[in-house]
Formats: sequence, C-alpha cells, structure tokens
Amino acid sequence: MKKILILGGGTAGTMMANKLSKELDRSEYEITIVDKDKTHYYQPGLLFIPFGIYNKHDVIKPKANFFPRNVNVVYGDIDYIDPENNQVFMQNGRKLNYDWMVLATGTETRPEETPGLKDKLWNKKIFEFYTLEGAVALRNFFKDWQGGKMVLNIAEMPFKCPVAPLEFVFLADAYFTEIGIRDKVDITYVTPLPGAFTKPKATKMLGELMEEKNIKVVPEFYMERVDNDQQKIISYDEKEIPFDVLVSIPTNMGTDAIERSGMGDDLNFVPTDKYTLRSKNYENIFVLGDAADIPTSKAGSVAHFASDVVFENLMSALEGRELKAKFDGHANCYIETGFGQGSIIDFNYDTEPLPGTYPLPGVGPFGLLKNTKTNHYGKVMFRWIYWHILLKGKEMPLESQMSMAGKKTS
Amino acid sequence: MATQTIAGKEVDLNEDGYLTDHTQWNEAIAKELAKEEGIELTDEHMKVLNYLREKYAEGESLSIRKVGKSGIVDIKGLYKLFPGGPLKISSRLAGIPKPQSCV
Repeated sequence: MKKILILGGGTAGTMMANKLSKELDRSEYEITIVDKDKTHYYQPGLLFIPFGIYNKHDVIKPKANFFPRNVNVVYGDIDYIDPENNQVFMQNGRKLNYDWMVLATGTETRPEETPGLKDKLWNKKIFEFYTLEGAVALRNFFKDWQGGKMVLNIAEMPFKCPVAPLEFVFLADAYFTEIGIRDKVDITYVTPLPGAFTKPKATKMLGELMEEKNIKVVPEFYMERVDNDQQKIISYDEKEIPFDVLVSIPTNMGTDAIERSGMGDDLNFVPTDKYTLRSKNYENIFVLGDAADIPTSKAGSVAHFASDVVFENLMSALEGRELKAKFDGHANCYIETGFGQGSIIDFNYDTEPLPGTYPLPGVGPFGLLKNTKTNHYGKVMFRWIYWHILLKGKEMPLESQMSMAGKKTS
Repeated sequence: MATQTIAGKEVDLNEDGYLTDHTQWNEAIAKELAKEEGIELTDEHMKVLNYLREKYAEGESLSIRKVGKSGIVDIKGLYKLFPGGPLKISSRLAGIPKPQSCV
C-alpha cells in the first residue's frame, strides 16, 4: 500500500484530493489530507465583506463537505516535515508517513513583519481583509466612518491575489459614492511596484481607471514601518504618507512549518520547478498553489490550472514514467471595478495580460482588459462554480494552458 | 539593443540600459554606469554588486528583502547606496538583468 499525503486542505489541496480519489485504486493507494482548520473560506469573497456586499455566511462552509469520502482527513497543526525520511510530525506528537506528497500549505499574511503595523491601531484604524476577522472588522469600521484619508498599502511582493488591492480601491470608490461621502474620502494606492500593476498593458488600462475614479497612485513606495502616534506610513527612503485609515496588504509568507522543516526560501516559499511543479530538492514531493516559489500569481486560478499538471505528473511519477506535463504559469483573474462592472486578465509566464475575448475567441462572453457588466456577472457566478465544480475537482470547460486565440497582440 | 563602448570595452545594452550579457561586465564598467546614475562607487557598493552577481549566477531570484537579509547591507543602507530604485539600479550596475516583479 502506497501512501499519498496532501498537506493543506485549502483550494489547491481540496481539488487535488478530489482528482486523486477519483483516479487511484484504493487497494493500492491510501490518500490522507491534513489541515489545521475545519472551515473552508471562499477567499475571493472576503473582498466584498468590508462593503457589506457579502457577509460572513457567504464565504464559509465546512471543509469536510468538499473532501471525498474515501480519503483520510487529519485536522491539526504540522510541526515539521522530515523530507529525507518521508515523515511529517504533527504538533500533537502524531507522525504521518508518506511515499508521495502534495504540498499545498499556501501563504498567509504576516503583519508582524512590518514594525508598527500590528500595533495599537490594529483593527481600529489599521486593517487587512485577507482574513475573515480582518474583513469583518473593516466592515464595522466603515459603518460609522465619516470620511478622511484612506491609504491602501502593499507591504511586500509577492502577495496572494495581486488584483485584490485594485478591486478593493475600486469597490471603495463605488461604496463611498453610493453612501454619499465620496467627496469626503481621499483614496491613495501605495505600492512598491512602478505602477498600478506589474505588466505594461494591464498597468496602462488599470492606471487610467484609477485616474478616472480619482484614486491617487503612489508607486515605488517600500514600507519600512508604521507610526501609530502620527498615523503615517514611512518608507525605507524616508518618504511619509499620512492616513486616517490604513488598509494593509501585509507581507505574505508560507507557513512556519516550512521554515521549521528547512524547506523554504526567505519567505518560506518552497523551491519548485516552474514547469513540472515538482520540488527542486525532493523527487517525491509536488508543490501546488501558493506554497510554491514559481514566478506567477498566487491565486486560486493558478492553483486550478496547475492542479491538472500536478495530477498528470504525479500519475506519471507513480508509474515511474517521465514527467511530461508542463505548467505555463497560466493565471486568470476577474477584477471587480465597481458600479456593477468588471474586467478580466488572462496571462502566463511569458505572455502579459492582453486585450481580447475569453474564453471563446471573438465571442467571449468575457472581455479581456475591458470594463464590462458581463465580466462582473462572471465574478458573481464564480462563487457557485467554486463551491460546486472547482473544489470538487470536476472538469471545467477551460483549458489549463493559456491560449493566444482571442487575444490581440498589436 | 545597442553596442556601446564603456570603459574601453564593447558591451551590449538593452533599451533600458542593462547589459544583455553579464560576462561582459567588469568593475570599470560598473564605475562608468554608476556615474550615469550619479553614484561614486565605493567598496560598500561593490560588495552589493558582487553579492548580486553571485546570486544571479546561482540562478536565484533577487529581491530587496533578500539583499537586506544578506548580512552585507540592510534595506535602509541599500536605499542610501542606490537611491531611488535600489534593486533596479544595483542590478544595472552589476551587469545583470533588470529585476522582474512577477504578478
């Protein structure tokens, strides 16, 4: 009996458990999935909570609903992995052996990494929206806020869902307009990047949208610390930006168990072959989703497209065959732009987001790098697709490889 | 791409002014490129450039954070050495490609 161990039961791990359980003969393989938390969070929905569009109950379901029946589930904290001896030690002393591992422990926000960020103003005037607690705290703050200077800051690259901070300021613009205080709210988007986004065409489109919505962009700002008494953020080169409310995208890091296992880089992300998605150091470990150090977005869509590659390569590895599937870094992101509209970007390692139609060339229905109502409905429908199709590892009518069809290159 | 003579040596530069072949680099070239950025290269600068070249040769991706943890210089110090865009400028002077920030 061979043991397959999936560490992490988030978007990536859950999809993998479902794919593997359908394919593998249970008289030959035992599948176990490990997670510390019994709740599954619909993370794309957290963004909507501060504006009262979703509430807590729209974004949580028990993880157990999505794990296949014939998979062992272990809830608990991982102490460390001993990859030389194919063992995982849990904090409660339990030991799990494995023959093959899918490492899907994700990324988490670490406000502690920035001096003054998680201090006396935390959840009072300084917020984040990547956790349910944070998103709900910000919702409660906005209920009574009369306006002032709202600063959104990205602390460090890379971070989960690179479009979320853009969506946040777009939705904030719409929200404050709708409640009638937009003229009293000053929105500033502060980023360590040279512009609103990383790639030229998307940066241009999004930069123009920022201007249209009267949102200031401060590029090349690398935050060193937060001054709680004077309510300002300070960069390493001594630039200062004052705030009345600070919405932070804190430093993202992989879980501490990766650090304790000596398997990560300086941000606890795991060195991974960007094509095969196998660990660079251990032949029997594949890395799926945000935990990997591959140069693409940390996003559910990436985990989804990558899961096809990990699945195929793991099957090959189990049978001792060469790893043939190659990941192209494909990412596909909806961008909510407020007032019932949205945009979509589709890109990979080599191709930046381009204008066009998706998924059908010339037809759509979605418009790439365009701001449309249909794109917004795509995002609205996506929650249903996520819970009912994607997590369960069912086939989606989308290719995992990015396609140039429908994209305009000139 | 353009071929240019810097410090008596022919080098190939891309449109952003970065060397396209890091093996064409030497310290004299770094000094010339530094002048264009308004920087007088010291030993402190050179330690950073050598660190970047070493990590680049090992195939590692570089970030300001990583340089700050290298033990050579902290992030504040790096900004003082290469004001404006510490990793972009230091990478150019080190003769390695412009850092990619991935999405």
